Amino acid sequence: MAVDASTSAKGDLIIKNLTKTYGEFNAVDDLSLVIPKGSFFALLGPSGCGKTTTLRMIAGLEEPTSGSISVGTTDITDMKPYKRPVNTVFQNYALFPHLSIFENIAFGLRRRGVSDAEVKAQVDKVLNLVELPQLAERKPNQLSGGQQQRIAVARAIVNKPALLLLDEPLGALDLKLRRQMQIELKWIQTEIGITFVHVTHDQEEAMTMADTIAVMNNGKIEQMGSPEELYDSPRTSFVANFLGQSNLIPGTITGNDGDNLVIELFGNKVAVPKRRSSAHGNSVLVGIRPEKFRVAAEGKGATGNVLTGGVVSDVSYIGVSTQYQVEMPWGKELMVFEQNDDDEDFLRKGEKVTLSWEPVFSFVLDGSEIASSGSH
Amino acid sequence: MAVISRPSGKVFALKDNKSAFPYLLLAPGLLWLFMFFILPIANLAQMSTKTSSGETGEFVQSYRFANFFDSFMDASGQFARSFLYATLATLIALAIAYPLAYAIAFKSGKLKNVLLVLVIAPFFVSFLLRTIAWKQILGEEGAVTAILRTLHIISPQTTLTSSAFAVVTGLAYNFLPFMTLPIYASLERIDPRTLEASGDLYANGFTTFRKVTLPLSMPGVVAGTLLTFIPAAGDYINANILGNPNTKMLGNVIEARFFKIVDYPTAAALSFTLMAAILILITFYIRKAGTEELV
Repeated sequence: MAVDASTSAKGDLIIKNLTKTYGEFNAVDDLSLVIPKGSFFALLGPSGCGKTTTLRMIAGLEEPTSGSISVGTTDITDMKPYKRPVNTVFQNYALFPHLSIFENIAFGLRRRGVSDAEVKAQVDKVLNLVELPQLAERKPNQLSGGQQQRIAVARAIVNKPALLLLDEPLGALDLKLRRQMQIELKWIQTEIGITFVHVTHDQEEAMTMADTIAVMNNGKIEQMGSPEELYDSPRTSFVANFLGQSNLIPGTITGNDGDNLVIELFGNKVAVPKRRSSAHGNSVLVGIRPEKFRVAAEGKGATGNVLTGGVVSDVSYIGVSTQYQVEMPWGKELMVFEQNDDDEDFLRKGEKVTLSWEPVFSFVLDGSEIASSGSH
Repeated sequence: MAVISRPSGKVFALKDNKSAFPYLLLAPGLLWLFMFFILPIANLAQMSTKTSSGETGEFVQSYRFANFFDSFMDASGQFARSFLYATLATLIALAIAYPLAYAIAFKSGKLKNVLLVLVIAPFFVSFLLRTIAWKQILGEEGAVTAILRTLHIISPQTTLTSSAFAVVTGLAYNFLPFMTLPIYASLERIDPRTLEASGDLYANGFTTFRKVTLPLSMPGVVAGTLLTFIPAAGDYINANILGNPNTKMLGNVIEARFFKIVDYPTAAALSFTLMAAILILITFYIRKAGTEELV
């Protein structure tokens, strides 16, 4: 028997120029990335962006049109799924309905000829890890969605793959259970140290769990980095809008001031750190997250970058914060989230206000970006 | 929405009230069963213990349970042959139907509906005609005999008709759709992602079939084998048209006793013995297959 990659291959997942074409349509378009061993990696994007196709190619369930996939030094591009050092947690769990929970989890071990005693030990261990040892003799249809989800994870990780793929694993759960499972999955990943590649369209889920997020759009990676990096310094408007919300205001770079760029926004001069800029020319979009704005009645003290002449056009109180829509003199509305952490009076609809923010809390995109791309 | 938000008291009250409505719905079916199944069976049971009064076609109730034993001993050869032929026909039908159903369920793409229609197409022709057609196909002028003779698989003197071979293959052919459709239905219900999961968990194609596809399709296999075996065991048309005097099945004996010899008690006793034997056999089979809850 040839060396079995399903146990021997270890190391980083290396994807090179991966492309998947359906007719004229590039589902995955020349994708290259390295996922370091032991990391929790999220592929984040809207439906149809190619993230699931990418995952299925890694699992061997789809054949790439071109490009290569390797784990460490082992090329797995043309390997049959059952020979890959990869296990998958499927979207609908795909548990075997005719087998007990114990046999579901034991399935992979038995296929590899692990002895009965060892199977029992391993399955018991992993059942304890997901805290469901009492369910071993049940059938999958006797379990709740959350329990099935955990069994699906257990069935995959018991094989100690180099790589665990999770295809929207929490999509079918309700919000509360999803939050709980996010924390549990993160804990399990830390506990066993396997590389997790997690596909999701839920930006909050990706940010909660992943060390590194790749934001995908139209078969390409828009940007890759830690959650903080992507949130604070998005390089495209798609990322700025898909990960949280952003106000993107068109402006022109007029000069430099030390480490800052000086940008004119409809007559207001503002400063943004150079390191936060991904602009190529002088025409730019300045991005400010809604919660970074400070809003005050016109004439009250405002420091840092200032935009004057706003009028409150809508107020919604949502407990932890109050959300304002502020109409600016140039006709666009900006979104502002104010923490309800002081006893300041609410600003009322129609009131004239000044917006301000600290320069470090903004970023600059190239002016060729489409401001609404990736909006929810 | 209005229905859902309505105070629940009244809705539940309706449920609690033991309405006669479900029984009304059942009534036509129950009546039908009573008229055309229960009554004839009771009649048959009465007949099975009668003895001849001496006049042809007249019988008197004598509670002669030895009728069962006597008739069974007389027809034990045909009895054994019925079960042997039915078993062989079921196995042949299974061997043909499973790959066929598998291909239709997983590999047929857009042709799926066309193929399903083709599977049931023989039903547009009467059972009798299909059996006669089978005689033609296997006949001296037919292609099957010619090809097998050319290939020296059978000798020039061997004929395929009027043989056990013709009876068994005729049974298999006639009941093939009953085998194919339940298997297809159970294969079709399998979530393809469980098959992907099996591959993901180190099972190759054959192991996936053995450990996932086959067990998940067992309800269809059990249903299909029963739907084939039961009518095949009681059939007499195939043996009549395709067989010879040495391939008579129990159905032929019953038919002869009823319509030719006018020995109703023996025919009735044999019918009951056959029914009991089939019941015992399938009970054992279903237990063995372990799918009581699925049939």
